[in-house]
Amino acid sequence: MLNHSILTIVTFLPAAGAIIVALLPRRGRVIQWFSLLVTLAFFLLTIRLALQFAYGQAGFQFEIDRAWIATPHIQYHLGLDGLSLWLLVLTGFLAPIGVLTSWRVIDHHAKEFYFYFLLQQTAMAGIFVALDLFLFYAFWELSLVPMAILIAMFGRKRGSAAALKFFLYTFLPSALFLAGILWLYGRTGTFDFVALQGILSGGSGLFSSQALLWISLAFLIAFAVKVPVFPLHGWLSDTFSEAPTAMAMVVAGKLGLYSILRFNLGLFPAQSRREAPWMIALAVIGILYGALLALVEREMKRLAAYAAVSGLGFCVLGIFCFSLTGLDGAVYQTVNEGIIGAALLILFGFVYERFGSDEIATYGGLAARLPRLATFFVITALALVGLPLLNGFVGEFLVLSGSFPGHTGWVTAATVGVILSACYMLHVTQRLFYQRETAIVRPESASDLNVREHLTIWPLALVMLAMGVAVPVWMRAIDGAMRQYAQPAAAVLTSPPLPPASPNAVRKESARAGDGRFEAAPLAVKR
Amino acid sequence: MNDLPSLHLWLIPLLPCLGFLLNGLLGRRMPKKLISAIALLCTALPLAQVAWIASRFHSLSVPYIERFATPWIAAGAFRAGFDLVFDQLTLVMLLVVTGVGFLIHVYSVGYMAEEEGYWRFFAYLNLFMFFMLTLVLAENFLLMFVGWEGVGLASYLLIGFYFKRKSAADAGKKAFIVNRIGDFGFLLAMFLMISHFGSLSFSNIFAAIARHPEIQGGFVTAIALLLLLGAVGKSAQIPLYVWLPDAMEGPTPVSALIHAATMVTAGVYMIVRAHILFERSPFALGVVAIIGAATAILAATIAVVQNDIKRVLAYSTVSQLGYMFLACGAAAFSAAIFHLVTHAFFKGLLFLAAGSVIHALGGEQDMRRMGGLRKAVPVTFWTMTAAVFAISGLPPFSGFFSKDAILYQSYLSPTAGHALWLVGLITAAITAFYMFRLWYMTFFGHSRAHALEEAVPEHAIEAHAVETHGAAQPLAPVHAAHAPHESPWIMLVPLILLGVLSVAGGWIGIPQALGGHDQFARFLDPALSGRRHSFEELSIQMNVEGPAAAAAASAMQPSVPPTRNPSQERLFSLLSVIAALSGWFFADLFYRRKPGLAGRWVENARGVYSLLVHKYWIDELYSAVIVKPTLWSSRYLLRGAVDRGIIDGGGQLAAGSARGLGALVQRVQSGNIRSYAGWLAIGAAAMLLLAHFGFVLH
Repeated sequence: MLNHSILTIVTFLPAAGAIIVALLPRRGRVIQWFSLLVTLAFFLLTIRLALQFAYGQAGFQFEIDRAWIATPHIQYHLGLDGLSLWLLVLTGFLAPIGVLTSWRVIDHHAKEFYFYFLLQQTAMAGIFVALDLFLFYAFWELSLVPMAILIAMFGRKRGSAAALKFFLYTFLPSALFLAGILWLYGRTGTFDFVALQGILSGGSGLFSSQALLWISLAFLIAFAVKVPVFPLHGWLSDTFSEAPTAMAMVVAGKLGLYSILRFNLGLFPAQSRREAPWMIALAVIGILYGALLALVEREMKRLAAYAAVSGLGFCVLGIFCFSLTGLDGAVYQTVNEGIIGAALLILFGFVYERFGSDEIATYGGLAARLPRLATFFVITALALVGLPLLNGFVGEFLVLSGSFPGHTGWVTAATVGVILSACYMLHVTQRLFYQRETAIVRPESASDLNVREHLTIWPLALVMLAMGVAVPVWMRAIDGAMRQYAQPAAAVLTSPPLPPASPNAVRKESARAGDGRFEAAPLAVKR
Repeated sequence: MNDLPSLHLWLIPLLPCLGFLLNGLLGRRMPKKLISAIALLCTALPLAQVAWIASRFHSLSVPYIERFATPWIAAGAFRAGFDLVFDQLTLVMLLVVTGVGFLIHVYSVGYMAEEEGYWRFFAYLNLFMFFMLTLVLAENFLLMFVGWEGVGLASYLLIGFYFKRKSAADAGKKAFIVNRIGDFGFLLAMFLMISHFGSLSFSNIFAAIARHPEIQGGFVTAIALLLLLGAVGKSAQIPLYVWLPDAMEGPTPVSALIHAATMVTAGVYMIVRAHILFERSPFALGVVAIIGAATAILAATIAVVQNDIKRVLAYSTVSQLGYMFLACGAAAFSAAIFHLVTHAFFKGLLFLAAGSVIHALGGEQDMRRMGGLRKAVPVTFWTMTAAVFAISGLPPFSGFFSKDAILYQSYLSPTAGHALWLVGLITAAITAFYMFRLWYMTFFGHSRAHALEEAVPEHAIEAHAVETHGAAQPLAPVHAAHAPHESPWIMLVPLILLGVLSVAGGWIGIPQALGGHDQFARFLDPALSGRRHSFEELSIQMNVEGPAAAAAASAMQPSVPPTRNPSQERLFSLLSVIAALSGWFFADLFYRRKPGLAGRWVENARGVYSLLVHKYWIDELYSAVIVKPTLWSSRYLLRGAVDRGIIDGGGQLAAGSARGLGALVQRVQSGNIRSYAGWLAIGAAAMLLLAHFGFVLH
């Protein structure tokens, strides 16, 4: 029964790879090649899931639900739905890219690096498929540890300080989260997500609404730190600045946002609505705050961090407006942020590896010597600022238009973020790539992208375009999964929308070519 | 759509996109001939297709809509597709964009022949055509926005084409960001439309409005004003016009194509396309008219004191776009489009001819170092003369008819009115003045190629200081190695063709009062005022509320159509001609007959002059009121106080108080797998213990 074990295989394949990496000799690039192989296999398996996914179907698929530990009652329960599908595929997609990014940068302690890197992949995949809260918690904690260790090991300047910060910011809220889980378990006797959903929505009277609010807040804080939501973003810029690119590019956004959607909205819909006004306010403040700080930031990777704070604010806004369009947009934007944020960090990494400076002001005129790098940077910048036909626009537009009716003022403020993002991205583009060459641009290090770098960045750019143009491909699954969270939309002025394109509709609307000329359509208004 | 006569509209934008991809991906290694062949072919084929459609076009009372089965975005109840629309308005726009666009492509082959980055230039140019054609063909606001943003991107890339120059990079960035402010309005307008109409499709929205005659003002005003903000950004109107003069940093063909003939008119096109919305809000129309008239006169006055030939034309473009907005505000939509068309001809030509002059002088753009070029570049001179006469509004050149239509109709319109007509008339005189000033300074008198260093009038020095101090190019003399020379034929042929169009292009719209048939307005009528009926027909075809729609239609008849009085109209034409001639007279006086006079006038009105030379200090005002405070508060309040102080400080505090924990963390960071495994075990054990024994929590 491959269908039942496929999620297990997908999830633990990188961990198995990690164990083998620990046994491999430290010679040549054996470890790199092996890790690439494992991550590629991991990616292909996630693609396979997307191909086999039954799109019209609600609920979880590829489910496996076995008893794991009898007391306390913990189930080994995995499953995939439209919410987690593309996030899992995104994880798989970024894994080989992460290996390629690290190929040359990580030249010492490669074994440790790839061990933790692969472990991290398992942890992330586990987060997206675990349907037992305890199991989820185990994966959640597992995702924090390799990160903290790698920041400490590979930090560039202040690695251990950044690692400590990361640790405090993420472990302490997880303790809150754990307390919340245990509270739930104490009353209901189950960690199972589906069972809990049934119990909590049934109004069983096990919890007072006040108690549920506290539990949901414990969840929310843990997840919001991980997103991060303003003002809990203090760890992000240090982490981005110190962590290896391959780790930094997966740490923000998707894990926290997914968890909010799955558990806060899934288990505590009523409480989430009470929290919504606050979250919307924080999201919009975050959008503007992140953008304004990015505007005056002097270092590349910190700029990427504030850009992420700003961009992730759109996701939070979309989640807490509870309209279907907004929720769809939020999930879409979560995937987008994963891709755009990764591309931005990778490109900054390319620049840093060549010239060894993180200060934006030290650069200038790179486009003349590195035209291809410049091109990819501009594409990424455009995706980030939300240029239509690239992915960022779709998410932002759906989030903003979906949340506009209920929150006109906040959304208007958030839309200012569209102006600000253009300001800081075009500013950094200009400083790095245009104008006169600065002293730091030494000819010997100013070589354009090599083959490995091409292989790293092309897939990201192509996905930005594909997700910007062929939206329904990705949206089908998301839309199906979000329907359960949304509240019905308000009535509008138009009658039912135009019938979808059928030859008849076209025939009616288009003029016919009687004698080869366009003639007035035969139907006229009869008064 | 097998058995249907499909127009295959989708091919029109897609061919330039193909050209962009070919040249953009492979152009670096291709010979210049191949690059230009691809670029020209990918604009010629859409032109041929549009011409073919136009040749078979007879009439169309209902817009032709090309739908695609798969939507672009479908999320929740919202759907928007790559649907395309075709009607008279589209046809006119397509002809202008592909026609003028193709000519400018041809011209560029000559103009850019020696430039580095030839392939990049043509790739961007084709990219621009792709987005512009998408903008024009879109059947919903969202797809229009795709084109809208896309042309902004192409504009950004082309303004910054010489990206090593800081001023060029700055100008590109400024254009994009100022346009973004407009897009902010466009986006909010779309959100409002979605929440009120549940759709962004033109046919849905306009049909809904047609069915609801009670919709007046209110949210429609809000939508219209927000759309106007978008249009103001794209079409460089007050208060967002500041990017267009700087955009002259781009190569001259770009200025002709994007910043004169096509892209900057997108705002006008959008308002005309959405005229059903605007007509329901007299207030919004009034705002459009005021902005248009104010921009027209403000930009014209600035143009009077500019010395860079391209900047004169840039301010002139802003001013002429103001006329088009005035027409829109007067609900004279066909006049707006008419002027859009003739302006595309004569302003495109003016830029191309200016480019030819610049080319002839080896890169010189300062008119104070031109002069006497009449003999050296005869073809350029004569074509430019046609354009100067056309823009000044002298009969029977094209600009006369379109400008006259605007002025007369704004006089009649309740939303524009007599005062704005007068502003328009004064602007017409100023226009003629600065255009003939340009004409005299460039082509007449003696060559002043080296004159500037010796005897520069004082005002010129001041202007010089301003320019070098600002972002403009330094005024170092350009030493042309050779005498001024006429451009190659590949550049002259487009000039001549546009010259012919600048002369005769207006004859398609001669009003009846002057013995014509007003064909242009009649042709557009089904798409404009007639659209009320056509969209209602569409709604009937959709079998929705048929009788109600008919009732709405009868309620929608304009109450009292503005009365046109032939003799009054002739009088107004005469006034326009007098205005233009007076402008010419003063230009002739100042710059040909008494060259010193201008300097003396400047002496007597230093304050006014300084105001004009500094462009009313608008850029400085924006910098002081918006840019600097934003940067300052971000830097010191947000980053210094909030992020470093409160947020980071909080983190530090937590770190300090958790010093003991920190020591433990040090162990974790050791990277030792065993200790890590131990940690996991301890954590798991602790949790299990908690889970097993303690549910004392509640």
